[in-house]
Amino acid sequence: MDGFSLSQKVMIGTALLGGMSGVVGSFAVLRGRSLVGDMLAHAALPGVCLAFLLLGTRNLLGLSLGALATGLVAIATVTVIVRWTRTKEDAAIGIVLSTFFGAGVVLLSVIQKPGVGGNKAGLDQYLFGEPANMLTGDLYLLGGVAVVVLAAVAMLFKEFKLVCFDTDFAQSQGWPTLWLDLAMMAALAVVTIVGLPIVGVILMAAMIILPAATARFWTNRLHILLLLAGALGVAAGLLGSRLGHDLPAGASIVLTASTLFVVSLLFAPQRGIVARVVAEWQMRRRINREHLLRALYELGESRLPKIAEIPVKDLRSYRYWNPKSLDRLLQWAVGDDLMKVALNRVQLTPLGLRRAAELTKTHRLWEMYLMQQANIAADHVDRDADETEHLLPPAVRLELEQQLEEAGRLPHSVIDVPQSPHQLESSSETEANNQQSQP
Amino acid sequence: MIDEIPKEAAQMLSFFPEVRMVDVWIVLTATATNVACALVGCFLVLRRMSLMGDAISHAVLPGLVLALLFSGSLGIVPMFLGAAAMGLLTTFLTQTLHQYARVPSDASMGVVFTSLFALGVILVKKFVTGLHFDVACVYEGALEFVPFAEPILGLPRPLFTTFAVLLVNLLMLALLWKELKVSSFDASLASTMGFSSTAMHYLLMSLVAVTTVASFEAVGSILVVAMLIVPAATAHLLCDRLGTMVCLSTVIGAAAALLGYIAGRWFDTNYAGMITVAVGVLYGLAVLVSPRYGLVSSIVRNVRMSLRVIRDDLLGMLYRVEELAGEKPLSSAQARRAVGGGWLAKWGLAELVHEGRIENRGDQLCLTESGREAARNLVRSHRLWETYLVKHLGMPLDHVHAPADRVEHYIDDRLRRELEAEVDTAAGDPHGREIPE
Repeated sequence: MDGFSLSQKVMIGTALLGGMSGVVGSFAVLRGRSLVGDMLAHAALPGVCLAFLLLGTRNLLGLSLGALATGLVAIATVTVIVRWTRTKEDAAIGIVLSTFFGAGVVLLSVIQKPGVGGNKAGLDQYLFGEPANMLTGDLYLLGGVAVVVLAAVAMLFKEFKLVCFDTDFAQSQGWPTLWLDLAMMAALAVVTIVGLPIVGVILMAAMIILPAATARFWTNRLHILLLLAGALGVAAGLLGSRLGHDLPAGASIVLTASTLFVVSLLFAPQRGIVARVVAEWQMRRRINREHLLRALYELGESRLPKIAEIPVKDLRSYRYWNPKSLDRLLQWAVGDDLMKVALNRVQLTPLGLRRAAELTKTHRLWEMYLMQQANIAADHVDRDADETEHLLPPAVRLELEQQLEEAGRLPHSVIDVPQSPHQLESSSETEANNQQSQP
Repeated sequence: MIDEIPKEAAQMLSFFPEVRMVDVWIVLTATATNVACALVGCFLVLRRMSLMGDAISHAVLPGLVLALLFSGSLGIVPMFLGAAAMGLLTTFLTQTLHQYARVPSDASMGVVFTSLFALGVILVKKFVTGLHFDVACVYEGALEFVPFAEPILGLPRPLFTTFAVLLVNLLMLALLWKELKVSSFDASLASTMGFSSTAMHYLLMSLVAVTTVASFEAVGSILVVAMLIVPAATAHLLCDRLGTMVCLSTVIGAAAALLGYIAGRWFDTNYAGMITVAVGVLYGLAVLVSPRYGLVSSIVRNVRMSLRVIRDDLLGMLYRVEELAGEKPLSSAQARRAVGGGWLAKWGLAELVHEGRIENRGDQLCLTESGREAARNLVRSHRLWETYLVKHLGMPLDHVHAPADRVEHYIDDRLRRELEAEVDTAAGDPHGREIPE
């Protein structure tokens, strides 16, 4: 390892750190404890100072052990506060974070006194992070911790998963949930503390949260989440220390991780903002199209089997349309050969009639179902069905049909569309209109 | 610089010869900060957003740098505006990420403030040259140097700003007390009452941002974070009403300022750190000795309850032994073992003997007259309850003893009279034993 240059060492170190903080951070984010990393990073300060005061050493291992000790005390304190007092978890984390750090600040000022240590330089570096100081020995420490932590996560994967998603079930199955929970937190503590001297307090907190929150956009499965978060952490470490060679390495690593986060936030396939906006837009468009088809069917229903020509004016008065969107909808429907438009009159094609009939049927089946099975009043079902009809999967529709069939209540009209179970709004009026317009 | 003490103040202070004006300014600044933080902190803690102060105090860094770049000076107004804008941006982004991208609320807060902080660090490195940026100073603040800041209206500048913020917070709380209260406890009620809880959220967050920014120049971010959370959490352990909680939290904040300062002087260490430790100690005390929610009082309550149950069980057991005439009286060791043993059993028995309810004749326990009276009431309660359960709830015979065994300790005279009216006492209890008068 001595053959590596400093920048290579920094890259290896930050990649190792990013990888393991991604993995243990995933559990923290899933458990709603994202800010525990922040707390641990702050709670390390008094430990570092005490280790320095007691052992008189600036050796990384000694300071880390001190930090780990106060980190574990901090975790225990939060657990006790949440378990036995009425203080909630967020306040408990804040209380421990600030008072431990405050104690650390006091100890630092003690260390600075001439008679004691005189110089806090090495300790400052521990908290605010300086990757460029990485020694080969530190790399071995990081590597060792990474191996141990990842092996522990791999071995306890099933147990951690269970505790993460259903603690009560785990407890009822006889797992030692308290210990498993503490093991998860201890892994978090170890990773946070080895990372502190490299990226510093705040940025270490970021390394716990960012890769895991980013990975969460891409998957719903825990093992993929862990692998992905680990990979994202490694990527942030490598890219960050590579790109920002003249910038503070910790900050550029974190900004790389946040860039990955923003990219995922926008472009992830299902949970990403773009995907969700597109899906919402498509849904709204489909609903509008279905409403158009049904409106045409209902307006021309009285003259079936002849397919009526409906004036656009009637269509407008039958249901509210955004004026522009109705024109666009009509254009689309003509393009798909579902209807013909001429002289401000719309006529369904045979294909359009079949689609419209199917939609109307679904709507009325659902209305009937609501009235008969859910006992909802006839004048309340229309709007309800209006909202639901677009979401009914074919299987449910078949089932509804079958049930009504068995009960002998499925009416067969021209093309299997049952009569509307309630008075159609303005249907008499439209008929009058139709007669007027077709003398 | 303020180095002369006004005459009246000097007279007042002459009782405390060691107190210098410097001390007064430092304590006043710390107190004003703590009280201002505690006022808004109560609402943060109740809304479970305690860590917002932490997030904001870190996220303002890029705001400070941008303000410096645009205004070209370290003047207080542009700094303040930049920081406050960044504070609001933090809360906005946190809320938006949580609401629209379904990131868990704590993770979204973590993502936002750490990223902004990293951005700030980069900006400092890239654009701010010749200005030594000391991260440690942001944490620890410079309370020691408050008295030497330039004065505004006769007050050192940090004291002036924190005092102004304190007044703003007081004013807002007074004006919008009801709205803040309702929207903190029941956001949907707030909506039905016709005011927006979102608006209240952002108003509160603006107050937090302004308070944080104004305070941490003087006292450092760590003290601000502590003061937003700890006094409120401490007060929350001590009372159940919002008004009391807010008042108490300000008192706790002020007490911490004074105690921390005294301790800091005594040990000659960092004041802000010591004040944080002091408020942590106050919280620890409240956890231990709070009358209703403290650990000590809940332990005492539990022990008292166990003792009462054990005493009742001892009396009831001796009564039943007497009732089965011919049974050999119990020895004290047997009796203790029968009620669960341990030091509580020993204590309970000793108390009963001391009060003259039980007599110990040659290691044979028997009831005295007053003990028999108490035991009779207890056994009567037990059997009335059993009868009631069988008669009115139709419970099977073998299921009524256990519930009666638990309830008997809580049946008072009034309830006993009601039970008597409900059941027929002459026929005895469902197991066929007599219900004692």
